[in-house]
Amino acid sequence: MLGRKFILLGLASCFAISLVTDALAKAPPNPKPGKAQVSKVAVKPVSKKAKLGKAAKLVMPLATVSTAKFAVATPATRLPAVVSDSGPEAQLVKIFKEIEANRLGNALQLTDALLSQHPNYRLASLIKGDLLLARRQDIQTFGAMTGAPPDKVADLRAEAIVRLRGYREKPETKNIPRYLLQMQPDQRHAIVVDTKRSRLYLYENDLSNGGRPRFVADYYVTQGKLGAEKVSEGDKKTPIGVYHVTSSMPRQKLADLYGSGAFPINYPNEWDKRQGRNGSGIWLHGTPSNTYSRPPKASEGCVVLTNQDLDIVAKSLQVGLTPVIISNSVEWLSFDDWAKERNELNKSIDAWRTDWESRDTERYMRHYSKRFKTNDQSLEQFAAQKKQVNASKEWIKVKTENLSVFRNPGKEEVVVVTFDQDYRSNNLNNLMKKRQYWLREDGKWKIIYEGSA
Amino acid sequence: MTSKSLSQPRFKQLKTLRAIAIGLTISFAAPAFADNLPEVQRLIKQGQYPQALEKVDAYLSNKPKDAQGRFLKGLIYTEMNKPAEAISVFTKLTEDYPELPEPYNNLAVLYAQQKQYDKARTALEMAIRTHPSYAIAYENLGDVYAKLASQAYDKALQLDNANATTQNKLALIRDLITTSSKGNVKPTTATPAVASKASPPTAAPTANVVTTTPSAASTAPAKVAEAKPAAIVAPAVAPAPAPVAAVAKSDGASEDIAKAIAAWASAWSRKDVKSYLSSYASDFNTPKGVPRKAWEDEREERIAGKPGKISVTYDEPKITVNGDKATVVFRQHYKAPGLSSSTNKTLVLSRTSGKWLIKEENSR
Repeated sequence: MLGRKFILLGLASCFAISLVTDALAKAPPNPKPGKAQVSKVAVKPVSKKAKLGKAAKLVMPLATVSTAKFAVATPATRLPAVVSDSGPEAQLVKIFKEIEANRLGNALQLTDALLSQHPNYRLASLIKGDLLLARRQDIQTFGAMTGAPPDKVADLRAEAIVRLRGYREKPETKNIPRYLLQMQPDQRHAIVVDTKRSRLYLYENDLSNGGRPRFVADYYVTQGKLGAEKVSEGDKKTPIGVYHVTSSMPRQKLADLYGSGAFPINYPNEWDKRQGRNGSGIWLHGTPSNTYSRPPKASEGCVVLTNQDLDIVAKSLQVGLTPVIISNSVEWLSFDDWAKERNELNKSIDAWRTDWESRDTERYMRHYSKRFKTNDQSLEQFAAQKKQVNASKEWIKVKTENLSVFRNPGKEEVVVVTFDQDYRSNNLNNLMKKRQYWLREDGKWKIIYEGSA
Repeated sequence: MTSKSLSQPRFKQLKTLRAIAIGLTISFAAPAFADNLPEVQRLIKQGQYPQALEKVDAYLSNKPKDAQGRFLKGLIYTEMNKPAEAISVFTKLTEDYPELPEPYNNLAVLYAQQKQYDKARTALEMAIRTHPSYAIAYENLGDVYAKLASQAYDKALQLDNANATTQNKLALIRDLITTSSKGNVKPTTATPAVASKASPPTAAPTANVVTTTPSAASTAPAKVAEAKPAAIVAPAVAPAPAPVAAVAKSDGASEDIAKAIAAWASAWSRKDVKSYLSSYASDFNTPKGVPRKAWEDEREERIAGKPGKISVTYDEPKITVNGDKATVVFRQHYKAPGLSSSTNKTLVLSRTSGKWLIKEENSR
């Protein structure tokens, strides 16, 4: 009877844990050299007898995390790799590495250190609980407490998986998210969210490099309870699309739930409305004061960061400007493919502009899709009006400035084009901010919607 | 006295061992003051703490460095519910005699009482470092780990264990006093031998206070090991489906007692507080001598007030009948949401107008 009561201090050495570590097929994209890469967090118990007759086992099967699959990139160009590891991922990786190596004492120390940094970090608390309980008795599972609420344990397990995966599978800096085809010069940063990976990527508009997006940092995020692809009010989903930050709400004006700040985005946008999507109040925001990090799927549809991460990201956000592109699964392009796609679109846009200047309505209308409509006009009405207007013109000059081109995530090939339109003619001058949605039809880019932005 | 149990009644063994312990203690005391310490121990045993303190202070004025005397003083402070003083005494002992595990252990118990589980853990790890085979320290350390784990889980899973926490604390206090009084032979009514009572806290740190300082290291673990049939916190053991008391049919008393126990466990499982309380004698020795009403309220809160299902089962009880008194020893399996424990329980029952009722309840 006493045997089972003996808790050896150095019990770790009696634990037998093998944490299968897959070598990545490819070297990790860009994280610091020498960092551990834990790819599988499936832990197998191996039976060994503890000194006093009882083998203690620690089994923490999180799940098997598949290997990274980013688009193959063309040879890298020279860009400084900037990675912020402000999050706890690096520490979590170390902790699981120690568990893998049976150094449970070290694992506990690292977990305590992580907790002293983030006292409200529930995932770390759960790991701590397991490591302590393992000193006392066999534990069979991650979150081994008897009667632990399974949904909460599952949430924390999911967080562990996506965080480790996010750390291990950082995007290659030489690759570019397909969505960021062209940022307007005053957009200093862009945000790309990958809902499958629970990750937010921050990119800088590298003007010294021709406006090429430069990877700055990535962060763990929480999305809607029921995932992504929001369609309607109250569906607890996060929208997918091209948005931008519309305002900034300081902590003082917010309920505790929203943490250190909130940045509403313009869901539903023109495209969403056209698709019949509704709902409102989709924000980027922080976490409540008693919580360091929320589970991967927990919000009503908002994109949630830790307060610490939100505060950093907030410095890069420009109200009314910063694009926030939310995708199910970010597509990455090599620089060459990205440049090609960007050029193609720039050409299409420029052809549209010059054809407008030609006052040849038929040529001009070639750029519009059969499915085109504005908020108040059908294709026919639009064409008829253009024809009438062109007839009254002796000359037209159109300039497009501050052009931005963002690809809309999803199966359909849609890009969102926004620019300042400077229209001059013999009898009318007009300045406006215009937004168009272009759709690739039969290999050609056609406008499917346009309106003032 | 008829014994239905195959195993020796444990109490006898315990008494013998205690006697040995005290005997050892005496032999370590300096000859000149040899009779002072047993007197101190006798006073502690009788709960006359101020008198015991006076005696031990007199003893220490002549032998200020004496480990045994100082240890008893720490114990008296503990009993007098003066944790700060007790901690100070034990801390100084660990500084002067770092090789003794007992002061570390008791320090840990005091820290655990104050919910300073990290400090308790450190102290116990020290106790084990000095005596790697020191059973009580392992036992306590296991409990402290479990407590720390449970705290971490509460945080991780946002469980509202405010109730359970109070419970643990109470169990600990009771334990402390009980165990120490147990160590000094016979428990009095004021400090009944009702250790960590019916309280179900699984991972509840049921810490043991070491009551004597056997300087002979080798004797300590052995003695402790036998005298203390460890309070076991079973890792999620599925409780036996139905409590079946295997008792010889011929003996009417045993059968009645088995039935009484079954009814008691069943009422507890059903959360039928009224029926549960009716299993206890009107002169039931409440833990720490709290008023009956307070004890009943507390039980009600812990049983009826507990969310989720409670399951109380037990392994085959050993029933020893002696006239209108009976002692029942069994292993109890308690299960409730978030809590699961197996403990060795001793119930002392008395027969009042044909009914067997619980007079004393003792875990461990």
